[in-house]
Formats: sequence, structure tokens, C-alpha cells
Amino acid sequence: MFNHILSLLIWLPIVGAIPVLLAGSARPMLARSLALLITIVTFVASLWLLRYDPNGPVMQLAETHVWIATWGVHFTLAVDGISVALILMTTFVGILVIGGAWKVIQNRPHQYMACMLVLEGLLIGVFCATDALVFYAFFEAVLIPMYILIGMWGGPRRVYATLKLFIYTFTGSVFMLIALLYLYQKAHTFDLATLAALPLTMKEQTWLFFGFLIAFAIKVPMVPVHTWLPDAHVEAPTGGSVWLAAVMLKIGTYGMLRFILPITPDAGAHFAWIVIVLSLVAIVYIGYVALVQPDMKKLVAYSSVAHMGFVTLGIFMAFMLVRDSGNIEMASLGLQGALVQMISHGFVAGAMFTCIGVMYDRTHTRQISDYGGVINMMPWFGFFYVLFAMANTGLPGTSGFVGEFMVILASFSASPWIAIFCAFTLIIGAGYTLWLVKRVLWGPVTTEHVKHMSPLNGRETWVLVGFAVGVLAIGVWPQPLVHLMDSSVAHLVQQLAVHKI
Amino acid sequence: MGLSTSVLLIIVLAPLVGCLLAGFLSPFLGRAGRTAAHSLTIAGMVVSVVLSFHVLYQLALGGAENYNQNIYTWFQIGHINASVGFMVDRLTAMMLVVVGFVSLVVHLYTIGYMRDDPGYTRFFSYISLFTFSMFMLVMSNNFMQLFFGWEAVGLVSYLLIGFWYKRPTAIFANLKAFMVNRVGDFGFLLGIAAVLTFLHTLDYAAAFNAAPTLIGQHLQITANTQWDAATVISILLFIGAMGKSAQVPLHVWLPDSMEGPTPISALIHAATMVTAGIFMVARMSPLFELSSTALSFVLVIGATTALFTGLIGIVQNDIKRVIAYSTLSQLGYMTVALGVSMYSGAVFHLMTHAFFKALLFLGAGSVIIAMHHEQDMRYMGGLRKYMPITWITMWAGSFALVAVPFTSGFYSKDAIIEAVGESHRWGAHYAYFCVMAGVLVTGLYTFRQMYLTFHGKERFKVIEQHGHADEHHELPPGVLAHPPKESPWVVTVPLVALAIPSLLIGYLTIGPLLYGNWFGGSIHVKQTNDVLAALAPHFHGAMAMGWEGFTGLPFWLMVAAFVICTYVYVFNPSMADRIKNALKPLWAVLDRKYWVDEVEYALFASGGVKMGRLFWKFSDAGAIDGVAVNGSVRMVHRTAALLRRLQTGYLYHYAFAMIVGVIVLFGGYRLFGN
Repeated sequence: MFNHILSLLIWLPIVGAIPVLLAGSARPMLARSLALLITIVTFVASLWLLRYDPNGPVMQLAETHVWIATWGVHFTLAVDGISVALILMTTFVGILVIGGAWKVIQNRPHQYMACMLVLEGLLIGVFCATDALVFYAFFEAVLIPMYILIGMWGGPRRVYATLKLFIYTFTGSVFMLIALLYLYQKAHTFDLATLAALPLTMKEQTWLFFGFLIAFAIKVPMVPVHTWLPDAHVEAPTGGSVWLAAVMLKIGTYGMLRFILPITPDAGAHFAWIVIVLSLVAIVYIGYVALVQPDMKKLVAYSSVAHMGFVTLGIFMAFMLVRDSGNIEMASLGLQGALVQMISHGFVAGAMFTCIGVMYDRTHTRQISDYGGVINMMPWFGFFYVLFAMANTGLPGTSGFVGEFMVILASFSASPWIAIFCAFTLIIGAGYTLWLVKRVLWGPVTTEHVKHMSPLNGRETWVLVGFAVGVLAIGVWPQPLVHLMDSSVAHLVQQLAVHKI
Repeated sequence: MGLSTSVLLIIVLAPLVGCLLAGFLSPFLGRAGRTAAHSLTIAGMVVSVVLSFHVLYQLALGGAENYNQNIYTWFQIGHINASVGFMVDRLTAMMLVVVGFVSLVVHLYTIGYMRDDPGYTRFFSYISLFTFSMFMLVMSNNFMQLFFGWEAVGLVSYLLIGFWYKRPTAIFANLKAFMVNRVGDFGFLLGIAAVLTFLHTLDYAAAFNAAPTLIGQHLQITANTQWDAATVISILLFIGAMGKSAQVPLHVWLPDSMEGPTPISALIHAATMVTAGIFMVARMSPLFELSSTALSFVLVIGATTALFTGLIGIVQNDIKRVIAYSTLSQLGYMTVALGVSMYSGAVFHLMTHAFFKALLFLGAGSVIIAMHHEQDMRYMGGLRKYMPITWITMWAGSFALVAVPFTSGFYSKDAIIEAVGESHRWGAHYAYFCVMAGVLVTGLYTFRQMYLTFHGKERFKVIEQHGHADEHHELPPGVLAHPPKESPWVVTVPLVALAIPSLLIGYLTIGPLLYGNWFGGSIHVKQTNDVLAALAPHFHGAMAMGWEGFTGLPFWLMVAAFVICTYVYVFNPSMADRIKNALKPLWAVLDRKYWVDEVEYALFASGGVKMGRLFWKFSDAGAIDGVAVNGSVRMVHRTAALLRRLQTGYLYHYAFAMIVGVIVLFGGYRLFGN
């Protein structure tokens, strides 16, 4: 049996970037078509992952290559249900990003496309690494194409935004690197499964926990280390924003699942309340901040922070539920909610940023006050915009509902107070999203910008249809996704129940 | 014989298919798209309604068993299951028939009402989507799907209130409606979470079976505070109902929802969606029965809504707003019925109200068409001779609303009033006063509206214009380009179709519905709470109850309202203004709707935005970015600038530093050494 599928998925887009680069700026259409072809091939190849058997062992499709022999570092890859879901989401969104960024970038489009392909490959790498150093390498490498995307094709304040992005996330990574080195000198390996089984004292776990937490919290991002995200989004080109919101934020929470839960379960349980409080702050406080943003992209960026709050809440509530009340089922429900929310947010936030991109291409402004009555000029766009806005407010039937519903249900068992604060998203989430819709979409046409907007073209329609399929499929029938991740979640819950001291 | 799954699926899916075809196919068919839109959606509705009647027949007379099955698993985590599934008993079947029938009538009516609207196909798509959502809500067998239907009808309501999206008032109203409903849903979702926490299931049947285990369970609020689990669950669920069924103080969205086209005011904001809260509480009766605290809460909220929103209706001039406030008041009556554990009475009033209120709205719509979209009653009057069918059917609806004996509204409303009088629940005295005074109030706003619209002198002028049919939009209020005329048959047939049940359905169904245990196990009432059982010995059939109605206090209050209105608006029209001036402060209070809108807007909308600005400017941009992030950057800059001084590159600086260093070292050695 062919068992290099994971390597293939990583390297296909990265190596594929070379011919795209070779197409050169003189032949932009060739570069774009090649890029699209590569993402489609990658997506089709990733469908192979559906061979993952949810009833089989947790990690499957494993492959190992010696990387740095002297240190005993292996380039090991494998996937569980969570990785499969995230990789499929990544490859699917990959097609939509390339499709969405088709015409917009006129300046060196071949490099832009190549950059996005490399980014896709690296992100896939993050999701299937089972060696901590391999994970770290991909985790950090992701920054490079993102840095270039914003720095090269970004808005007027791109230098500030890229520096902020880089320094912020790099600072976090340093802590993670130190944590990894400590673990290495104890276990003499970077293999994640071995590290998970490593006995550690509470003191060690505490230091490691905060090392990992800082690194991942910045990537998610969690309050109060979130301020790089709105700036990065505002300056990024649409494609960069979609990658950032749809997939890049998930590597932070994914890291929590792979490092904090198995390696430092006792410290995690002890300090879970910190993360829970910060998550609730993200949901409520960031909701209010999002409400008053004058810039559409900033508004959606803040709403991303709030929605990612549900992911971190679901993950760390599991500690509370398992350790305090031994409520395994509710812990699984919360964790599943967090995971579904990760996938869902990929589609919803990706779609929201694509919608903003569609409008920006026509008007070259992101200020909400420059809009009003867009639906008069772009009726079908209005349909999609309302659909995705409703998904953003967590309307049942869309993917946005599923994860939040699960987390809120589980949270009531942990504490009614947590439930009250996180259910507040129903009000504030609807507030900032629908007020945005009111000011942008509804109303009479009042500004010059809107007067000249043209209806959706075929390519844009297909991209939005792609997002809509993702949003509705998960919203109407989440069970296949839940089933795919079920055994992995059960495994995680076991891991966090283990006392290492 | 049981009900067949495929029949139930067709009932639900036929409107959805109609919606999708009208929404996605019709726009590509050009001129034929309009016909396609209404034919397809109406065909879907006819199928649904026929099958709904079939289901009702099977359950009521055919001896069919109640249906309760899952269709597919939505998610399954451990033992926690959320499914899409149907529970169809007589309560559901009755709701299906009422919703389906009113919806079909409204579909038909829309052909006439929306004839010239550019959003014609979109409108049909929306109302079919609404019907689908409402069916999902009433047929649900679990809390997840209930919440789906709950939010989906909210979405359609949002889309339809803002249907004329160019009007600033419409898009304000739809945002407001969604937000206020979300406040209710906030409680509702917490209630569902509480159900899962305490009863360990989302399935109705399993939850109701486990309901008795709630007794003695508590929710830990703080270290020293515990709340009774059943009370918490019931009140949280009821907060959801307060949003959807527009109970004080979450009622503020309903009057504004009149910005939507009139057919949806009839369908969504009078007959069906707003009664979802009432239906839900009736469905959850096994839970509510466990907490008399929660039921008292329900009772007081309902009574307050019934009286105080009705009062506002008296001072409204917009024909639709009068009916909107009347709807609020009637929803209050239903809630009061729930509060005294008379769930079947609430559902009974829900049904009769659906018919007569839909009729009143559609009649008002007919008037509005005739008046060329003028809704202010001060520019109407004397319309009865122009539109006799509308006039007579509106009177039929009004008789039912004010509870003239033998009309359907009489049976449902008088039963509620009697039951409240019989109840010993905390708050029942207050409620009794409210519902009794409410009868007078109902009479006042109803007769006032009928007189202002159809009777008295004409207060509009007709300027005949030839060949300028489109210019009448620019005419000042009260000036018409053409004399008003009766609406076409697609409008009047629905009026007649609704007038018949408005008059008769109560007489025909009160016996079985209230005193015949028709709902069976669908509604659960504790024996000590059962006011209907206490009243049953006094009930000797619908005919006897009708005759007795003429001797009751409610009848004479209604007559008093009739006399007052007749005198004021027919015989002495100047009287109205004199009363208004004499009672200026009271009038102002009602005209400003007790300032509830203003207070809530300032507190939550403006307050929220202010809070957001504060958080953003001071905390996000100020403390985090300004001080912590950019502050660290400045620190690095300053430190670097300082350190840079050490490396100037001038030889004499280094030489100087060396000399100073040598002196300090030697000097230090001399002073502190040894």
C-alpha cells in the first residue's frame, strides 16, 4: 500500500510552487492556472485521508524518515481524526483562496500564488507532524510565507503589521523552544508519544505549561496577546487574510491539543481556570470591541478572536469536567465542540474575509461608513453575505452553531457562570455581525463607492458557493465530522485524565 | 395504524422545496418566474395542508398512535444524542393544521397584495421557508431541533421585516427584532443546557420521563446559594418564550415589526411565529408543572403584557400598529393561561386567535391597498361603502377579538378569564384584574379602529388624475389619485376563508379541547393545579356557555367599550380630541409606550456601543497596544539608544573611559581593599 500520502500532501504544494514561480510575471494566467491546478490536485489527494478508520488505532497512515540522525530526530508524520478534518479543511479552503485571489493581485502574481502554495504545504505539515521538532519547524516556517504575503502585497501600514506579527509570534515561540529543549534533555527524543508518557513533577509541568501556553496563546490569539491579529488582517491582502483566519489561527489551538493536554495534564488542570477566564473575556470583551470597529476587516478580525475563545474554552473546560466532576461525556462534548468550532470557523471566517475582499476589489475601501445598500447593486452577493453573517452569529443550520452549541451545553455542567458568559455570544455576536450587515448591505445606495459596484462574476460566485457548501454541510449534518474525530477525542480525554505526578 | 414517516417528511419538505425553487429557479425564468414562484410555493403548501389535515384526522378520529421517531442522528457523543426527529401528537397536529392553513391563505393573499412589488418571487420564497421552519419547530421531538426551528423562524422574521430593505425604518426594525429575540434565546439556550445537565438528555420523551427526578435537585449558584433546578429550567425556557412571544419587557420588537409587508404581519407576527413561545411552554408542561414559582412568574408577566400593551393600542393611529398591540395583549392572555396551568386553554386561544388575528391583519392589508399604502386611520373613514367584503369580514374578526358570545374568541378568552378566577396561584388576583380590565381595553381599541376606518365621514380626498397612475406616491397624506375600491378575489377569498373559523371554530371545539381531555398525554397538569377540572362541572356545552356569556362581567365591559366608542366616534367626533386634551399626561405616557423603548435603547444599544468604545480605546488600543506592546518597542529603542552611546567610534572616548576605569579600579582597591 502506498504510505507516503502525508509527505505527498505536504510537498505537493511546496514543490508545486516552483513551476508557478517559473511561469514568471509575464505569464500571469499560466501561473494562476497552475496554482489552481495544484491546489485541486492536493485536495483530491487529501481525499485519500478519508480512508482513515475512526474505529481503528488513533494514529494512522504513519511514516518515518530519519532527519537528524545524530540527535535521533525523525521526520515522523501520522494523522488522527482531528488532523484529517483539519487537513481536509485546509486543502478545500486552499482551492477557494486561489480562486478568490485570481485577478486581484496584479503585481507579481506568480510569486503571490507560489507563496500561498508554500503556505498551504507548511500548514498541512503542522497538522500531521508527530515529532515535536518537526512540528516546531513547520509551526515557525508558516510565518515566512505569511510575512512575505503581508509585507509584499499588503496595505499602507504593512511594515508595522508584519513586524508586529513576526515579533509577537516569534516571542512566543522562544518559550516553546525552551520547553522543547528541556523535554529533549529529559527524554532524549522529540517523539510526541514518548513525551506524552514522560513523568514530570508539578514544578516541571508548570514551567512547561506556561512555555507552551504563551506560544500557542499568541497564535490563537487569546486575550490579551491578540492585538497583532487585527493589524495583520487589515494590512493583509484578501488571500492572506483568508489563510490567516481560516487555517493559521487553528495551529495555535491544535498545538494546545498536541502539547498541553498530553504532556502537562496536571498543570493544565491546575491552571485551566486562567485559560477559561481569558476565553470568556475573549467572548464578551472582544465582542464589545468588535461592535465599534469602523473597519470591516478589523471587525471580523476581532470576531475571530471571540470565536476562537470558544475553542480554547472547550479545550480547557474538559480539564475541569474530567478532573473535578469526572464527567467524561460532557468533557468529550466540550472538546468536540471546540474541534467543530475550529473547522467551522475556517469556513465562516474564510468566507467573511472573502466577502470583504469581493467588496474591496470594487471600491478599494474597507470603511463601513463608505458602504450602504450594497444589496441594491449585488443581490446574489447579498444572499451569500447574509448566509455567512448568520453563520457568524451561530444560527442553527450553519456550521457556526454546532461548535458553540456543544460548548455552551457542556459549560453549564462545568459551572452555570461559565455558561452565562459564553452564551452571551448569542447577543453580542448577533449585535456586531448584524449591525455590520445593516450598515453595509441594507438601506438605499448613498455613497459613490457603492453606486459603481458590479454584480458577482462567475468565479467569485463559485468561490462563495464553495464556502457555503462547507458552512451548510457541517451545519445540517455534523455527525460525519463528529464521528471522524470521536476516537481521537476519547483518546485526548484519557490523556488529560492521567495523573503524571 | 401509525402515522407514516414519509407523510410527515413530505409535510415538512414540500414548503422547503417550494422555497428553494422560488428562490433559486424563478429569478432565471424572466417574466414566467413570478408565476412559477407563486404556483410552486402554493403547490407545496397545498400538499402540506392536505397531509396535515390527514394527520389530524388520523390522530383525532382514525385512532392512530402518537408518532415519535428520529430521522437522522445530528451528533452522538457518548450517550448524548442530538437528532432530527418528529414527535407528532394531537397538539402537534393541531399546530400543523393552524400553521399550514393560515400560511396557505397568506400565500394566496400575497398574489394580490404584492402584485406590483419587485421582490415578488423573493417574498414567496421567504414565506415558504418560514412555513418549513415553523413545521420543524412544532414537529420537533428534541430540544436541538426545537432550537433550530426557533432560530430559523427568527431568521425569516428578520428577513421579512427588512423585506423593503431601502427603508431605514425597516432595517432598524429587523435588527431590533433579531436582537431582542436573541436576548430571549440567550435564556432559552441556557435552559436547554440546564435540561441536559439535570436530565442528561435532549430528547423530549426521555426528558419528560425523567422530569420527576428534578424534585430536590439544586443548582449551585454561589457557595451559599442554591436554586431549585425545576424553577431554573422553567424560567430560563420561559425567557425564550418571552422573546419569541413578545412578553414584557421583551415586547418592544413586535410593534416595530409592522414595517414588514402586511401578509407576514398576519402570518408571522400574529398567527404563528409569535405563538411559538406559547406552544413551547405547553409542550414543556411536565417541566413547568414542577415549579409553581416559575408558573407565578409566567402568570405575572403574562398579565402585565395583557393589560398594559393593550392600553397603548388605544392611542395608536396606524391601523397595523393597533392590531400589533392587540396581538401583544392577546399573547398576554395566552401566557396568563399558561401561568394558571391551563395549557390547553392557552393553545385553544392560540388557535382561535390565529384565525381572527390573521383575518384582521389581512383585512387591514386590504384597506391599505385601497388607500394606496396609507396606514394612518386619521385619513380614512367611511370605507364601508367602498369595500363591503373587507368591512363585514373585519367586523367578524373584531367580534371574535372582543369576545362577543358565540364567536370563537369568546369561548377561548372567557374560559381563560374564568380559569384565572378559579386559580389560587400566587399572582392570580393581579392577573384576574388585568385580564378583566383587558376586556374593556380590547373593546376600546377595537371599536375605535373599526369606526375610524369604516364608519363616520371620509377624511380623505380623491383627486382624479388621468394617465399618471404612478404619481400618487407623491401626493400628500389623505389625498388619493383614485377612489378606494374593493380588493380583488385573491384578497377577499382569504378574508372569507378566515372569517368562517373566526366565528365558528370556538363553538365547535371548546368541548373536546378544554373539557374532553383531547390533548391526552401531550399536556401534563398536576391534579392540584388543574383549574379546568374545577371548572368542568359548570360547563354544560358550548351553547349554554354562549347564553351564559350575556350575563357575565366581561360581556358588559365589552358593551361599555362599545357604547363609549360609538358615542365618541360616531355621534360626537370632536369628543375624542377633548378627551385626549383632558387626559394629556396619561395620553403622553401611552403615546410614548411607557418609555420602555427609550430606556432599553439607551441602556443596551447606546450603552453597548459606549462600552465597546471604552474597551477599545482604553484597553485594547490603550493599555495593551499602547503601553504593553508599543511600550516594549519604545523601551528597546531607548535602551538601544543608550547603549549606542558606548560605541561612538571615537578613540578619545575609549581612552577616556579606560582612564576613568583605571582610576575607579585602583581607587576602589585603595579604599575598600583589605
